[in-house]
Amino acid sequence: MIFIVVGTQQPFDRLIKSIDKWSASTGYKDIIAQVADSNYKPTNFKWFDFIPMNEFNELFLKADLIVSHAGMGTIISALQYQKPIIVMPRLASFKEHRNDHQLATANSFAKLGYVKSAYSEAELFDALNNRTTISPVPPISQHASDQLLSSIENYLFEIG
Amino acid sequence: MKILAVASEGGHWIQLLRLQSAFREAEVVFVSTHKAYSSNNSNHKFYSVIDANRWNKLKLIKMANQMRVIIKKEKPDYVISTGAAPGLAAIFWGKMSGSKTIWIDSIANVERISMSGRLIKPFTNLHLTQWPHLANGKTLFKGTVIS
Repeated sequence: MIFIVVGTQQPFDRLIKSIDKWSASTGYKDIIAQVADSNYKPTNFKWFDFIPMNEFNELFLKADLIVSHAGMGTIISALQYQKPIIVMPRLASFKEHRNDHQLATANSFAKLGYVKSAYSEAELFDALNNRTTISPVPPISQHASDQLLSSIENYLFEIG
Repeated sequence: MKILAVASEGGHWIQLLRLQSAFREAEVVFVSTHKAYSSNNSNHKFYSVIDANRWNKLKLIKMANQMRVIIKKEKPDYVISTGAAPGLAAIFWGKMSGSKTIWIDSIANVERISMSGRLIKPFTNLHLTQWPHLANGKTLFKGTVIS
């Protein structure tokens, strides 16, 4: 199952519409999407505006592939649960976000090998068609790096 | 010791939770924008504030006011936040009432520190980025939420 995630803050019609088109053209329908009040409603697969946290987590764990905006919450969860993930960054020019920081996030995390990034519909289709070649990265731990934790701990408990 | 730990929903919140072990046995009070998050940490006190960003000034003012009330009531020794706007408000009011303050800019901000992070910098005791190339003066790189 492919789980499509766009976060809770605002819709991402461009992504949802492209996936719907891909689903129609390939006949692949094992898709569930969380669309956050999108104007465009998919016709080829099941969708929900928002999904309660527990069910969301279940779907996330069940999914073979995550396709999402380049939001940190989704990316970190995918790393933690070793899910292959394709991200399409939201762009300010389409009013999909306040700025283009998702573009830089997608770039940097793709370079680190953590995500597969797609910047256009063509790249998204390409990534979806080759989805079995996206390998999940080794899992990350449940917590921040020791360096960050000890820096905060030192600040809180030794100089406070 | 009391820590007020603040983050808006989504990635900011997930990053905040990854810092929890650094809080040791301190009393931690969490604040976020999503009511359901109270169940993430059922052994901690939790407040929710309304979700606001700079595109909606009225909501921003309401959220800042909610945060002022929380700070006044809880009187935390430390305020720590991974963003975004609610963290800015919490650190501002915290600093005004004598808390020490820590800002950890989201790992999503690769090219520059977030707008909230830049605005709140003068009110922070510790101002961290998660990208080495963004460390600059007071803004330090001390590791990331991913390991």
